[in-house]
Amino acid sequence: MPSHDVLIIGAGLAGQRAALAAAQAGASVAIVSKVHPVRSHSVAAAGGINAALNPEDSWESHAFDTVKGSDYLGDQDAIEIMTREAPDEILWLEHAGVTFHRNDSGHLGTRAFGGASAARTYYVADITGHAILHVLYEQLMKHAELVDRYEEWFTTDLLQNGEGTCVGAICRNLRNGRLEVFNAKAVILATGGAGQVYKPTTNGLIVTGDGIAQAYRIGAKLMDMEMIQYHPTTLVGNGLLITEGARGEGAQLFNADGERFMETYAPNKLELASRDVVSRAEQTEINEGRGFPDGSVALDITKVPRRRTLEALREIVNIGRDFAGVDITREPIHIRPGQHYIMGGVKTDVHGQTNVQGLYAAGEVACVSVHGGNRLGANSLLDTLIFGRRSGEHAAARAIHMTMPTTPAARVADTERNIAAILSREPGGRRIAAIKDELGETMNEYVAVFRDADGLAKAHEVVRRLKEEAPKAAIDDRGSVFNQDVIGAIELGYMLDVAEAIVVASIERKESRGAQFRTDFPERNDEEWLKHIDISVNGADVPKVSYSPVTITRWQPEERTY
Amino acid sequence: MPEYTLKIRRYDPQSGEAPRWDEHKVELGARNSVLDAILKVRDERDGSIGIRCSCQQAICGSCGVRMNGKPGLACNTHLEEAAARGHGTGWNPPQEGQEKTVIEVEPMGNMPVIRDLIVDMDAVHWRKIGRVTPWLINKEPVPEREYVVPHENMVDVTQPMACIQCGACVSDCLAMEVDPLFIGPAALAKAYRFVGDPRDAEHYERLKDLAEDEHGIYDCTHCFNCIDACPKGVDPMNQIMRLRRMAGSDYDIEDRNNGYRHEHAFVKNIRKNGLLHEADLLPDSYGGKFHPRAVPELLGSAPVALTALARGKMTPLTPFRHPHKAPKEVRRLFDEIHDRDKRIELNLYVSGYEDAPEQEAAGEEEQPPKKTESAPSEQGRPESEGAEGRRPSAETSAPTTDEAGGDSGGSAGSGSDPPAGEEDDE
Repeated sequence: MPSHDVLIIGAGLAGQRAALAAAQAGASVAIVSKVHPVRSHSVAAAGGINAALNPEDSWESHAFDTVKGSDYLGDQDAIEIMTREAPDEILWLEHAGVTFHRNDSGHLGTRAFGGASAARTYYVADITGHAILHVLYEQLMKHAELVDRYEEWFTTDLLQNGEGTCVGAICRNLRNGRLEVFNAKAVILATGGAGQVYKPTTNGLIVTGDGIAQAYRIGAKLMDMEMIQYHPTTLVGNGLLITEGARGEGAQLFNADGERFMETYAPNKLELASRDVVSRAEQTEINEGRGFPDGSVALDITKVPRRRTLEALREIVNIGRDFAGVDITREPIHIRPGQHYIMGGVKTDVHGQTNVQGLYAAGEVACVSVHGGNRLGANSLLDTLIFGRRSGEHAAARAIHMTMPTTPAARVADTERNIAAILSREPGGRRIAAIKDELGETMNEYVAVFRDADGLAKAHEVVRRLKEEAPKAAIDDRGSVFNQDVIGAIELGYMLDVAEAIVVASIERKESRGAQFRTDFPERNDEEWLKHIDISVNGADVPKVSYSPVTITRWQPEERTY
Repeated sequence: MPEYTLKIRRYDPQSGEAPRWDEHKVELGARNSVLDAILKVRDERDGSIGIRCSCQQAICGSCGVRMNGKPGLACNTHLEEAAARGHGTGWNPPQEGQEKTVIEVEPMGNMPVIRDLIVDMDAVHWRKIGRVTPWLINKEPVPEREYVVPHENMVDVTQPMACIQCGACVSDCLAMEVDPLFIGPAALAKAYRFVGDPRDAEHYERLKDLAEDEHGIYDCTHCFNCIDACPKGVDPMNQIMRLRRMAGSDYDIEDRNNGYRHEHAFVKNIRKNGLLHEADLLPDSYGGKFHPRAVPELLGSAPVALTALARGKMTPLTPFRHPHKAPKEVRRLFDEIHDRDKRIELNLYVSGYEDAPEQEAAGEEEQPPKKTESAPSEQGRPESEGAEGRRPSAETSAPTTDEAGGDSGGSAGSGSDPPAGEEDDE
């Protein structure tokens, strides 16, 4: 049985950063991932990473932009930590080998990004997440003797001892289907978001909310789950992401009448207002009949000098060509808002600790909350790295004073039974993909940019029905070598749990703030709703709702305009 | 919507049966991807089809497969494109009258198959990546803030950095088929990512290591398969050639594999003859016909020569008289290139432009006028059309001839006004 001081689940940016930090702090570390680490969805982060590193910039400015971007729902103590530690993190990455692009003088170059009052986004062309992820993996290879890697192992359950402390996990080796108990003094969840709950989404097929659901099931609180980010620029046909870096470099938005409509919605920041604002503006244009027949508006990247596009936005040139048949350096491309990110997640403190002893979370799976109601572009990479590192360090320090906990062996038998039950399902159920599509389309219809009580109630009904149906979904694969069918069935269960938490929190928040816009409650209501909504298991079926205060240190809520 | 016939190579190690072909009819748009088709079948009919996939936008690198013989990502290969390829071993043009509706999907080559379309990348690909010391060895002293390095260098190494580790190049590397120990295209491209990085302290050591390894940079046979296979424009073979040029010309590393001498013999041979005189090449690569090291090599190749004689491919006089003399123009080219202070390297990834300069000017008023004639750019246009215009055309870049890459910038490139290195041309 593998035993480690710190067990990390998920090997994207947060997980790998946590692993390196914990190992550096002297802990024995294992990192488990259901895909090879470089396949993790951090790889798709394009535009860059924020930090107030230039002497003329300040962390206070970065922090204020983040607070304002969050629509004052972000916790200001956490935001302060993130923005203060950002410059050193960028330098750490640079020294580790990230090939950040430079400016004329050979120093780190920056680009403009949405909701920011200075150009403070550091970047590698438009493959920033990819570059950082691969460099972190280089470091994991370098420190192979310090960090044990379990690549293509799927985590099925988190383990708790009698006191409720998290003491490890049960994982399935995808190569042979074998279950293994991983014993640990601390577990850090770094499994990313839950984009596949929506269809379409910019997120990869692996982004199924595993960690959020696993933590929720053992009693961890979820927070801000109603805050789902719709990215302003996703491709009409398939929801693929066109980086905000395009607008950062000067691309503009137009409706079908050729109007640069952001002049109306955000006269100062225009296309570089925060994402919730731009997405709402686009959706309003589309809903009011000023969009194109395919339900889109146009992003005109030809405003960016062609050579700059080819150098700094190469990836979206490829995406335009391969997935939309459009040369973005020559003509506008049709885009619309699409599901991209979940601000909410497993509630943690600034060290990544959840309310379950021994369980940490970092990155998109977590909610510290630094993003509140709306995340600024290029703050998510920062979030993963800062809180990944902090979790790793804290978990390692905590482990030093502990003895290795014992694991309730009977739990493996439970997991074995669950998997056997999936494998021996009677034929005749609906297909997993059909259930998943219905879930995704429902969420995208009713729990999207604009929401109201009726729609949310409908969504809840659908989710409840699908939850009943999911355990009977059809299974074709009965084998044990790379059985992706059985993994799909388990992931479907995770997604439905996450979806329900999202819907319940959205129903609960009867105001409009950040990414949650209720057409039946169109105003922000600080009096009643300047607070976090927490979701936890109830013993009974429907999730339990509670509240926690927003930490406000120096920036009092004001009206938010861009 | 057109109907395609999707044939998927299936293999289940638990069944005890040999691999087989599964056939499915799929209705999808011509510009849907092969992965769309596979997932449609998996979602609607057979959930047991094994394939790694996630992002569906050619960035995670999971879905490398062979489609009608050619390796690539299933997610960014259009059905019409895959179906238009010929069938049979390797990748071929379509036969005359071939119906362009059948797509055979197989696992990648050169790696063991675990199941269906899933191969064991750890056993081959990642092991080779591990071979090239795949992390930055920091130049000391590590600065308090960032390393100050030219923009052009960072843009330059973005090309190998853009590798998504999908394994498509490994799949069809011919040298690796013959020598499974060959470090191979992906790992050597990764090596260039450090050798081209001015922050790395061990350029010489890395080059020496890769030149001396008999499975290293001189093991590549120039077949271009990796360039055609790469879905991200990394052009692994070009990175290997850059490693060779740096090892041979910048550091004069005379390797025990004779790679260095062979390259110099080759250049000399062409300069003299215009067309390759094979009979001279081999002995010259070993120091001349009478060099003690050349003798065993010549004897060793005697059977080949005899076969060639027997088949009329050469006459007894061929070794002594080459019928071709280099025209003056060839010599002039050699001299011109040789006299340059700086080697012009091609960076086909980031800092390029795809179209002819005059076309480009039309769309782009903001650009300052060109400072130099663009002859070198034209000269450097990519030879391979295999990637369907996937790559931009040539761009000069990266001051690679500087001792150890120099961190103070050999190039006069103007940074934020991209394509780097245009000024390097003169």
